[in-house]
Amino acid sequence: MASTLTDARPLRRGRVWDHFSITTKRVIWAWAFLALPVVFYGVIRFYPTFQAFNLSFTDWDLLRPAQYIGFENYRTLLADPEFWQVFGNTFAYLVIGTPISLVISFVVAYHLDQVRFMHAFLRALYFLPFLTTAAAMAWVWRWFYQPVPIGIINSALSGAGLPTQPFLRSTEQALPAIMATAVWAGLGFQVIIFMAGLRAIPTTFYEAARIDGLGAWAILRKITLPLLKPTTVFLVVFSSIGFLRIFDQVYNMTTNDPGGPLNSTKPLVLMIYQTAFSSFDMGYAAAQTVALFTILLLVSLLQLWVLRAK
Amino acid sequence: MHNLTLRAGLSAGIGLLATSATAQQVEIEYWQYIFDTRVQAMDQLIENFEAANPDISVTQTTFPYADYQTRVVAANLAGQGPDVVQLFYGWTDNFVRGELIQPLDPEVFPHDEIEAEFFPIVSAMKRGDDYYGLPTAVRSLALFYNKDLFEAAGLDPDSPPETLDELVEYGRATIQRDGGGNMTSAGMALGNAGQDHQWWREVLIRQFGGQPYSDDGLGVAYNDAAGIAATEFQSTLYGDDGIGEIGFMDEPQAAFRAGLAAMTIDGTFRLGAFGEIDSFDWGVTELPANADGMRSNYASYFANAIGARAEGAELEAAERFLQYITSQEAMAIWLDVVGELPARRDAALTDANLADPVYAPFLAGLDYAHTTVFVDEIAQRQVALDMETRIVLQDQPIDEAVAQAAEEEQAILDAFYEDQ
Repeated sequence: MASTLTDARPLRRGRVWDHFSITTKRVIWAWAFLALPVVFYGVIRFYPTFQAFNLSFTDWDLLRPAQYIGFENYRTLLADPEFWQVFGNTFAYLVIGTPISLVISFVVAYHLDQVRFMHAFLRALYFLPFLTTAAAMAWVWRWFYQPVPIGIINSALSGAGLPTQPFLRSTEQALPAIMATAVWAGLGFQVIIFMAGLRAIPTTFYEAARIDGLGAWAILRKITLPLLKPTTVFLVVFSSIGFLRIFDQVYNMTTNDPGGPLNSTKPLVLMIYQTAFSSFDMGYAAAQTVALFTILLLVSLLQLWVLRAK
Repeated sequence: MHNLTLRAGLSAGIGLLATSATAQQVEIEYWQYIFDTRVQAMDQLIENFEAANPDISVTQTTFPYADYQTRVVAANLAGQGPDVVQLFYGWTDNFVRGELIQPLDPEVFPHDEIEAEFFPIVSAMKRGDDYYGLPTAVRSLALFYNKDLFEAAGLDPDSPPETLDELVEYGRATIQRDGGGNMTSAGMALGNAGQDHQWWREVLIRQFGGQPYSDDGLGVAYNDAAGIAATEFQSTLYGDDGIGEIGFMDEPQAAFRAGLAAMTIDGTFRLGAFGEIDSFDWGVTELPANADGMRSNYASYFANAIGARAEGAELEAAERFLQYITSQEAMAIWLDVVGELPARRDAALTDANLADPVYAPFLAGLDYAHTTVFVDEIAQRQVALDMETRIVLQDQPIDEAVAQAAEEEQAILDAFYEDQ
């Protein structure tokens, strides 16, 4: 009995396997290898995501069993003035931060591309902040922004006889002050990507343009920018998602009054964090997460549509 | 790797041997958050306890402070949990509601003894007729002052301010500004982002004749003349003609530590950090009294409670352990290692402690201290902080600022108590 089984099995399997074409075999192998990451992603990424949707309809507070309360969390969210302020802040980070960071990084990349002298060194300098921990950087900038006698910027202003600025201690200046840090932190990465994009444009195009007598400005407008579009699209989407999810800089620069003063710098992610892990209002936090997810999805789709290839 | 497996195997083997040798051996778990000296002190207490109770072994488990509460709650969800757990008194309501801890058996911890032997602030651990935990150590506030800056301003470094008026006077004498009007050294390092929100809530409001919350704790009571007067006084400290600025040197304690503030209000927990100062001499004094000589203080503490899942032999062991870590002996060790004040009068008010220039002002404060029953400490602190920010940055009139703060804090209290 036992011997027939052991004999029969490999035979039958061999036969079935042999019936597959090479392509099918390849596909099976591919899926066999893909299975691990798919399961991994499914369990630690997608399952919790769907759980979050589920959770957003409950009043779960970690302590007591969750109860379904329908759309109550969403009603609270829409009526919560803090949510709308935070929503506005998040979009301010996105709408101001993304274009500024892209323009600066393009200008830097464009000129860096033409520099031969100490090219690698300069490139490394620009990339350095990207390698630094966001928290450490945020703290350094936090000290830059302090009033005299310790804040370096205010000390310089004061030394030059100019009025000192409140920076983080102001409801108007705090958000731009934090955004500047975030823009600076992301610059290195964007410069590198832009430079890769610039290098990928065939030099024959430029040569042809020059023969045709096009000026530098026209070359930039007619050749460089259009051919750089895939790079730009990638960076716009990537940087937008980054700004929509901004957290480290804000949290570390305002730990005494997280997202303050008066919520003027608080992004959505920080609000979610506080709702979940200091108020333990998990259901409400899940509803905020769903809102963030929806915003991210819509903004990304919108950008892809606007910047689609025609 | 090999070493690890070997050690794991050995300890498992020893564990087996131990259980078979003494069938009565009870193992209990103690949880607290990571803070070097606290962990060391607890290690020492566990060692002493195990020597005296060979039938019980205690394991200490620690978590980072930032996610300590979440871990306790998550463990409970998973059907596990500590036998004895440390918690901030302000979390008690949440821990009781979440059934994470159980009331102390009055047979083992008689109420009249607790009330006679501990400082009165222990009442913040009482819900209904039950005590839910006991503290080992307590913290209170005091006024720290920089003797060098006092001397430089022509003040006597051995007679710090006694009253609120003197506080302002001393502040005016010590504040320094540069030619551009920028403050370069503060008379007082202040701000509700530090400990000042506690000072405002439990000290100033009472000194101006009010009380922060209604007697049943359900309502905010500071939106009245007294609350407004207290807030008004506080706002003059950081106003145009004040003795300090909010946000100077980022944090009040940083300013004081750097020798750039003549005074600041802070707690016993800061003694460790300030103990490292060697560039100037500093002293501590009781929080200033009002014009009538009335003083108040804010005290807080981490209590030790018995986990809801402890029962039978483990419960008995947990009770014995709790008795030990809240005994006079344990408190003396805690004071020595951590620097926090004993929660029992007899352990705290010793001649040596009362003669100690640093401990004495904090101990004096404990006798008249109040303990806020927070329902959401972070959110309630934020209310006080936002009130201050609106006054400073948006010039909101004081009465409106107090009214808005009262409304916001009442909403937090309502949301909590309605839920119960």
